[in-house]
Amino acid sequence: MEILRDIFGALSVPDFYFAMFRSATPVLLTTLGAMVASRSGTSNIALEGIMLISAFVGVVVSAFTQSAFVGFLGAVLAGFVISNILAYFVLKLKSNAVISGIAINTLASGGTIFVLYLITGEKGASTSLHSLKLPNVNIPVIQDIPVIGTILSGHHILTYVAFILVIVIWYMFKYTRLGMHIRAVGESPEAAESVGISVQKVKYIALVISGILTGMSGAFLSMGYVGLFSSGMTAGRGYIALATQAIAAGNAVIGMFASLIFGFCSSLANYLQSSGIPLQFIQLMPYLIIIIVYTWYCAMVERNKLKRQMNNAKKGETHVK
Amino acid sequence: MKYFKAVAVMRQLYFSNTTINTNKSYERNVGMEHDFILEARNVTKVYPGGVVANHNVNLQIKKGEIHALVGENGAGKSTLMKMLFGMISPTEGSIIVDGKEMHFSSSKDAIAAGLGMVHQHFMQVPSMTVAENLILGAETGTSIKVDRKKAVEITKELSKNYNLKVDAEEKVQDISLAMRQKLEILKALYRGAHILILDEPTAVLTPQETEELFEQLKLLRDKGHTIIFISHKLNEVKALCSRMTILRDGKTMGTYDIKDLDENEISRLMVGRDVSLDIEKDEADFGKTVFSVKNLMYTDHFGKTKVDDVSFSIKEGQILGVAGIDGNGQSELIEIIVGVLKQQKGSIFINGKDISNASVLKRQESGISHVSEDRMRYGTAPKLSLEDNAISKIYYTDKLKTRGLLDSKKITEFTNKILEEFLVKYDNSKQSISELSGGNVQKVVVGREYDYMPDLLIMNQPTRGIDVGAIEFIRKKIVEMRKNRKAILLVSADLSEILSLSDTIIVMHEGRVVGYIDDVKNTSEKELGLYMLGVKEDTKEHIGGAYSE
Amino acid sequence: MNKKFTAVRLACAFAIAILLTVIIIFSISNEPGTAIYNLFLGPLQSKRHLFDVFASSIPLMFTGLALGLVFKSGNFSMIADASLYTGGVIAAAIAIMIPLPMIIHPIVIFIVAALIGGVIGSIPAILKVKFKANELVTSLMFNYVFFYLGIYTVNRFFVDREAGTFASLKYSPTATLGNMLSGTKLHWGFVIAIVVVILLYLLVYKTKFGYEIRISGSNPEFAKYSGINTSRVIILTQVIAGAVAGLGGAVEQLGMYQRFNWQDSPSYAWDGVIIAILSGNNPKFVPFAAFFLAYIRVGADLMSRRSDVQNELVSIVQAVLILFITAERFMAGWKQRQEAKKVLKEEA
Repeated sequence: MEILRDIFGALSVPDFYFAMFRSATPVLLTTLGAMVASRSGTSNIALEGIMLISAFVGVVVSAFTQSAFVGFLGAVLAGFVISNILAYFVLKLKSNAVISGIAINTLASGGTIFVLYLITGEKGASTSLHSLKLPNVNIPVIQDIPVIGTILSGHHILTYVAFILVIVIWYMFKYTRLGMHIRAVGESPEAAESVGISVQKVKYIALVISGILTGMSGAFLSMGYVGLFSSGMTAGRGYIALATQAIAAGNAVIGMFASLIFGFCSSLANYLQSSGIPLQFIQLMPYLIIIIVYTWYCAMVERNKLKRQMNNAKKGETHVK
Repeated sequence: MKYFKAVAVMRQLYFSNTTINTNKSYERNVGMEHDFILEARNVTKVYPGGVVANHNVNLQIKKGEIHALVGENGAGKSTLMKMLFGMISPTEGSIIVDGKEMHFSSSKDAIAAGLGMVHQHFMQVPSMTVAENLILGAETGTSIKVDRKKAVEITKELSKNYNLKVDAEEKVQDISLAMRQKLEILKALYRGAHILILDEPTAVLTPQETEELFEQLKLLRDKGHTIIFISHKLNEVKALCSRMTILRDGKTMGTYDIKDLDENEISRLMVGRDVSLDIEKDEADFGKTVFSVKNLMYTDHFGKTKVDDVSFSIKEGQILGVAGIDGNGQSELIEIIVGVLKQQKGSIFINGKDISNASVLKRQESGISHVSEDRMRYGTAPKLSLEDNAISKIYYTDKLKTRGLLDSKKITEFTNKILEEFLVKYDNSKQSISELSGGNVQKVVVGREYDYMPDLLIMNQPTRGIDVGAIEFIRKKIVEMRKNRKAILLVSADLSEILSLSDTIIVMHEGRVVGYIDDVKNTSEKELGLYMLGVKEDTKEHIGGAYSE
Repeated sequence: MNKKFTAVRLACAFAIAILLTVIIIFSISNEPGTAIYNLFLGPLQSKRHLFDVFASSIPLMFTGLALGLVFKSGNFSMIADASLYTGGVIAAAIAIMIPLPMIIHPIVIFIVAALIGGVIGSIPAILKVKFKANELVTSLMFNYVFFYLGIYTVNRFFVDREAGTFASLKYSPTATLGNMLSGTKLHWGFVIAIVVVILLYLLVYKTKFGYEIRISGSNPEFAKYSGINTSRVIILTQVIAGAVAGLGGAVEQLGMYQRFNWQDSPSYAWDGVIIAILSGNNPKFVPFAAFFLAYIRVGADLMSRRSDVQNELVSIVQAVLILFITAERFMAGWKQRQEAKKVLKEEA
């Protein structure tokens, strides 16, 4: 009972929803990245590593240039470069995408610490680097509305970018030529090839877009609220994005909601830390809920498929008679 | 750029729409014009590995005709059409479109030259709509905004003009195979094709849908398009085409006006063979019934009935041949018997035991061996060793074990025994099976199934794509099995194989048994061909003779 | 031909990795000689260091075996991570809370850890078979769930509140594994690991089920036509892999630690990926692959202690190796030329 009261208590605070959007942001950006790759037919396991490297590069570049914007560009460029490496191995050398992804994640987790130590002499975090943060943005008008203003205004700039990108990616798949080609290549490469679409090229573009989006997400982690890089700071968000994108099934808007589920759980976890629920249960909850939603989704897809087949077969039988 | 092309197509459409009457008179003139719109001159194709798929093939297509390209499986039809469509390039000879010699480096070039192809496996993206599939790769609108409305309009317009009804806004995954085929034709037309190649288009259609397709193809012809119709169904060719070119064993057997040839002649030209391998076998001496299937029915999830009320039985010492052109339900029939596909109706018995619902393993243990039609996909694990591939039938038995564990010595011995007995050419029994030639792989597979000493041996296309030596060897082994008083079910598209081995034959056409032959010695390939092509059909009573309790 | 090609390609991948290492060291270090010497030869300097290599290879063997088995069956579950971590927690729980006599104590721990590890391993597999949920996605999520569950268990039941950092109470001496050689870290867990290597080798290559794993992993269609129940193979392999990883977690805890202090999940499961790849998913080669990785790990530790180059360099080497070894088309041109040469020679 007390727990329920705590939960309702959390849900009634506007800050709770603010935190929800904040926690959802990196997962959302990465989900979009995973989605673009996945729709082109490559499952990009390297997101976790790309995010980590971008987070690191963003901090270092912003510290050295003393420009948050250049730092951000550095993070995005890192995402671009790493996804190019991945694309080279997966598309050109025909490596297994999952194993190459794991390799890149290994590279990221050790490599960032390695270079961090070279620069700062520390292995844990970039505290000694004077890195910069990207700004928060207050939205005129909206910020003055009570409750809604607290929830929607004053977010990190990349949070807004992420939600705008939802529309952009959604639009891309729905309306642009590139989006159509990515879908075609991912779903039936022979069909795409037969109408003159270069499968390799489209897959490459998709992987690079995926890397850039994930690079932004890395920048959010280290140049958002915390303003520093710490080793392993991605904490599995790249993997969560794999699950949320699977739930989204290629739809950016559903991907947004799936990311918000994660944001909701994380935010709730934050608020319940002072309640009687053991901390670890709260921490594992987002992961568990994502598993449940994902499995439920898979079960539904499977059921619908069987239904359709059965219907068709029945139609056929009556047709014959 | 692509957008303009689409516009040009549209203009062409309106144009052709208004000139429909003049087209008709034009058609009448076709016979007199000896100007060919598409030609293949002395085309030869040698695949890597030395297989000659086409040898000095000649094809001459007149403008505005529906031209049939007929031949058995493996006669070289698909190789020829792939060359025409730029998917592969000829080793020798030339391809001429509108009097100009062409050197296609990809399908793109062929499309640009006005060719369109309707593949047997539709080249479509299931989750996209009909209109989206139509414009894919040549989109309407800009790169920032694909104009879907326009796409739908174009689809409807094209659909109306050619009387090819499609639901422009439905997703492809939700439409019927017949509609998907129409979409495939529309795709070609949208890209400006005036020469259409259709690769066995009726294989996926019901008879009613086939009739409809023919009407539409005739309409296309009337509008000035040229159509190449690839088929081996004689009645269809007769109903649709004016001229035909026959291919056999990679060579052209000539081009004829359809009206000048009767079915017997066509059949002879198509299936007649220069050499047939003679097989010595004893007089038939059947024992008791070993295996039977009764009233088997199977409808696939596209709603097409693949196996339609099939019944037969096989006795000890009997080879039952199943003849038929590929894709007439033989594969499904075998999959059902083996147990990987579930029939909707009907029962299967072996040695009096009902195995209609038994697992694959249970069926094997009741005495079934099976050589599958695709040895690399279903019959072997290509990356694994000869040993691993040789023991798949008995790996769980005590035969290979010492103190409960698989004994590698015994496995090697067992494998070598099979390899020696079946004269397989190999380096050592631990090399992966994919390193062997097709014939040798097949010998390993046959050896494995043979060694099992089953009561029923199923041989599905046992000699497809292998060398003559291996063919002869495997046929001898089949006869040996018969001598051992086993029941053998032989499925083959190769008529000489069916005729020389079988004691009795059933012929399948569109999922049904249309012929039962118990007097094989006095049956010719030509006669068999008539059944296979759907020209001839036995009475129900006669076909019933294939089944006995 | 194929075997020779694989060997040459492997050698090239190693050469690239080593070259890259040397280049990195030279470009960042003030004492590249010391660094390189310690990285490549450090472990050979003393008996103690050499046996450290053997000790460090123990958990790698377990995860390498687990991952190799999963890969062999054609699946891609990373659940070994959760199984290993939970196995460690189980070991701590029983070692602290249940008094048992010597010898019996670790045996009970191993059995329970393997059982629970197996149960955990089965979850993504069952979700895959029943709901078609991708096992990689679910296993990655479950790793976090079980990690937090483990932390909770330790915190709730046997954490040492006196200790400055996260650590459990001390293990009962009846539970811990003794050292095989005094003065080194090598413990009896090494023997257990080798026994598991042998058992898994026998399982994969000498039993009916192992045959089913190999066939299903190599060509599932052929498996189906051969009457193999592929769903059963998927679930059972991952149960066994989970059990091996769970046992590995317990062995590592009882062999190397006095108390449970895994505040982060160790990366052994991810290291298992490269072990599995290097060993070609054959248990027989796992000890060698694990030894190799442990060797450069120990070498890197020595390097970071004795020079200015940090041991995380290893993960770069590791990544480069994985990338090149699994690149199918890497050096395909070379292979083709060799083949062409061979054919031409035969014709001549």
